[in-house]
Amino acid sequence: MDLTELREVAQAEKERQGSIRVHCCTSTGCRAASSMEVFRNLEAAVEEHQCGDRIEVVSVGCMGFCGQGPLVQVEPGEQLYEEVEPDDAGSIISATVGKGTASTTQLDPHHPFFAYQTRVVRQNSGNIDPESIEEYIAVGGYESLYKALYEMTPEAVVAEISNSGLRGRGGGGYPTGLKWATVAKMPGDQKYVICNGDEGDPGAFMDRSVLESDPHLVLEGMAIAGYAVGANHGYIYVRAEYPLAIKRLQKAIQQAKKYGLMGSQVFDSPFDFRVDIRIGAGAFVCGEETALIQSIEGGRGNPVPRPPYPAEKGLYNSPTLINNVETLANIAHIIREGADWYASIGTEDSKGTKVFALTGNIRNNGLIEVPMGITLRQIVEDMGGGVPDGEVKAVQTGGPSGGCIPKQLLDTPVDYKSLREVGSMMGSGGMVVMDQDTSMVEIAHFYMEFCRGETCGKCVPCRTGTVQLYGLLTKLLKGQATEADLEQMKALSYMVKDTSLCGLGQTAPNPVLSTLRYFPEEYTSLLVKPAYLNGKTAEPKPVSV
Amino acid sequence: MAVRTLKIDDKDVAVEAGATIMEAAQEAGVQIPRLCHLEGLSPVGACRLCLVEIEGLNKLLPACVTEVWEGMVIQTQTSKLQDYRRMAVELIFAEGNHVCSICVANGNCELQDVAIEVGMDHSRFPYRFPDRGVDLSHERFGIDHNRCILCTRCVRVCDEVEGAHVWDVGSRGASCFIVSGLAQPWGEVDACTSCGKCVDACPTGAIFHKGETTGEKQRDRDKFAFLSTAREEQQWTR
Ligand SMILES: Cc1cc2nc3c(=O)[nH]c(=O)nc-3n(C[C@H](O)[C@H](O)[C@H](O)COP(=O)(O)O)c2cc1C
Ligand code: SF4
Ligand code: SF4
Ligand code: SF4
Ligand code: FES
Ligand code: FES
Repeated sequence: MDLTELREVAQAEKERQGSIRVHCCTSTGCRAASSMEVFRNLEAAVEEHQCGDRIEVVSVGCMGFCGQGPLVQVEPGEQLYEEVEPDDAGSIISATVGKGTASTTQLDPHHPFFAYQTRVVRQNSGNIDPESIEEYIAVGGYESLYKALYEMTPEAVVAEISNSGLRGRGGGGYPTGLKWATVAKMPGDQKYVICNGDEGDPGAFMDRSVLESDPHLVLEGMAIAGYAVGANHGYIYVRAEYPLAIKRLQKAIQQAKKYGLMGSQVFDSPFDFRVDIRIGAGAFVCGEETALIQSIEGGRGNPVPRPPYPAEKGLYNSPTLINNVETLANIAHIIREGADWYASIGTEDSKGTKVFALTGNIRNNGLIEVPMGITLRQIVEDMGGGVPDGEVKAVQTGGPSGGCIPKQLLDTPVDYKSLREVGSMMGSGGMVVMDQDTSMVEIAHFYMEFCRGETCGKCVPCRTGTVQLYGLLTKLLKGQATEADLEQMKALSYMVKDTSLCGLGQTAPNPVLSTLRYFPEEYTSLLVKPAYLNGKTAEPKPVSV
Repeated sequence: MAVRTLKIDDKDVAVEAGATIMEAAQEAGVQIPRLCHLEGLSPVGACRLCLVEIEGLNKLLPACVTEVWEGMVIQTQTSKLQDYRRMAVELIFAEGNHVCSICVANGNCELQDVAIEVGMDHSRFPYRFPDRGVDLSHERFGIDHNRCILCTRCVRVCDEVEGAHVWDVGSRGASCFIVSGLAQPWGEVDACTSCGKCVDACPTGAIFHKGETTGEKQRDRDKFAFLSTAREEQQWTR
């Protein structure tokens, strides 16, 4: 395969595509609301109307407004149907051929939910069939890989990524270019690229959606990374709870191999790159990079102390580049459009866009991709439509490692630095909105329960500290805790944070500490009151001797 | 061999490059509390008792796995470290059933020693009264999971020194426990050579010789360090 052939494939695909495309989301969210049946009924309706020559029904990935799914969109045009029932399919096709109106409501494509978004990573999501490499090629797919291989040196690729200002989207926010440069500079013939698709944060589904909606984009990013750092073997680690993502990835790898875009001599160049999938059993801690490496090697998914960092000594003791799904999904776009274009999106220290899973007590649930620097208020109130009845009390960002940001700080811009300053973090992109009826102590309790169950158990502070913190929070919620318990909870939180071996334990107390910081009265109001203040007994009982 | 010079608790030390902080401390005559570390076995950094403060770093680093660098200034006994260590030991005591008075290791127990070292006289955390088993299926030894602190010394000694790999860690978090074989009774694991190294390695009374009564447990720890260096250096001619 060379560039001419690639473009021929793109051309042929464009010619094959019907003039009208009916996009039906078949990602996990919509599938759970019977979108497969909708899809089949749409196909049957096209058959019935005998308009298959003009209208093509396409199974596409997530369009973002998952809370209103299944979604069906007609291209070209502005029709975006929400909550489509299988029975609505016929009327949608009728309306598309100009006979009558569809029996389902439409979403306004200019709704702030869409209007505020800048789609880089999710550009193709919902527009192409994730199971067709030709559709990906038709929208310019694999051109960046070609460009990297034939027009750029590995150093130039690394420089481009550095200049773009991209930072890791897996939680830590480490500068991606710097990480690539480190691995590239390490000596050794055998290096690896790992794509971290473990995604264990409760409520998060950004990475799943990217893998399900545009698997080739991630593969292309991995191949470019491999070329840049000198690795010819990649692993993509996906949790077993994501069967659709795994299936689509497997298919994508096969298709790319067939076209000579993966495997030996990619694009007939001297660069070899193979990708293997590793399925994780679904342990949150396996997302931690050193644990993930142990898991790929077939060991128990326990973190090991760093340094040495994986960049130096990773998988099978070789230099290893490990990046998050979303990070890698940015690569092909950066190579194609250039670092300057990428760096023009976002803020000074946080470039580009970030995908968030917007959930909780909010009108518009779903997946959004926004430019960095947008404020929480714009996301929650304008895009999310605010809390259905009542008002926002706080927003939790950063998953179990993050913190709760109170409503008075809603004007905080979403960037790495600002979120840290208010005691939370970017994390991987979970964003949970809470209304006035939410108890912050219960929220802290929920996240502690999660960490207590997910700690690997290797190190003492995390294994036993989370259990004791959970116990203290339970005691508090039961109204049995005293001032001393609260003090102990604080002291223990700092101890677990400062002494745990890996990021799980180091961040587990964050939800407690951040809610204590902004909502201390919710904690103190739960403390046991001395009996004589309850009005039950007027005075403390004298102790008899 | 390159040498690194550093300061530990205001004492100047010079050690070979590649040495850990713990080794350097030993050289300087500074005792750093430890539980999961045992000379001769690979370090894992799990108990977190050996954490030290390093000037210029806001993270605490474990002495057992951190290599020294030139000009390091290390504090091993700040009040913060002492608080944290004491809390860690309290957490361990609250987690298992450590009733010393009826334990085979009473008086010869590293957990006890560490508790004394960090000044722990009671645990401020509620006891969890875990219901863990005792396995007496082995002909000569027994394991009482109630006293296990999951330091994985037995796992490592059996794997790295004896080469039998009888032990492993099962489950996760609070339900972690040491498994023998494929979660079989110890006595049914053919791989066990009954060498007794795990008994020697165990810091508490969790793994013991059958028939040992309270306070009788003794161990020969230097053996592992000798065996593991001997294997690396091929010194089998004694
Ligand atoms: C407990 C824990 C869980 C993590 N889970 C994930 C995950 O699911 N996906 C991910 O990409 N990174 C996860 N990380 C972060 C990774 O360790 C690592 O920093 C990241 O994959 C690096 O990629 P990036 O630089 O592209 O962000 C986790 C970290 C910790 C401590
Ligand atoms: S911090 Fe928690 S998850 Fe990480 S190694 Fe320690 S016990 Fe395991
Ligand atoms: S007696 Fe020896 S072989 Fe058996 S479990 Fe213990 S260390 Fe391993
Ligand atoms: S049995 Fe002994 S050596 Fe093994 S993990 Fe438990 S305490 Fe450590
Ligand atoms: S899953 Fe269908 S729109 Fe997100
Ligand atoms: S001795 Fe270093 S962590 Fe246990």
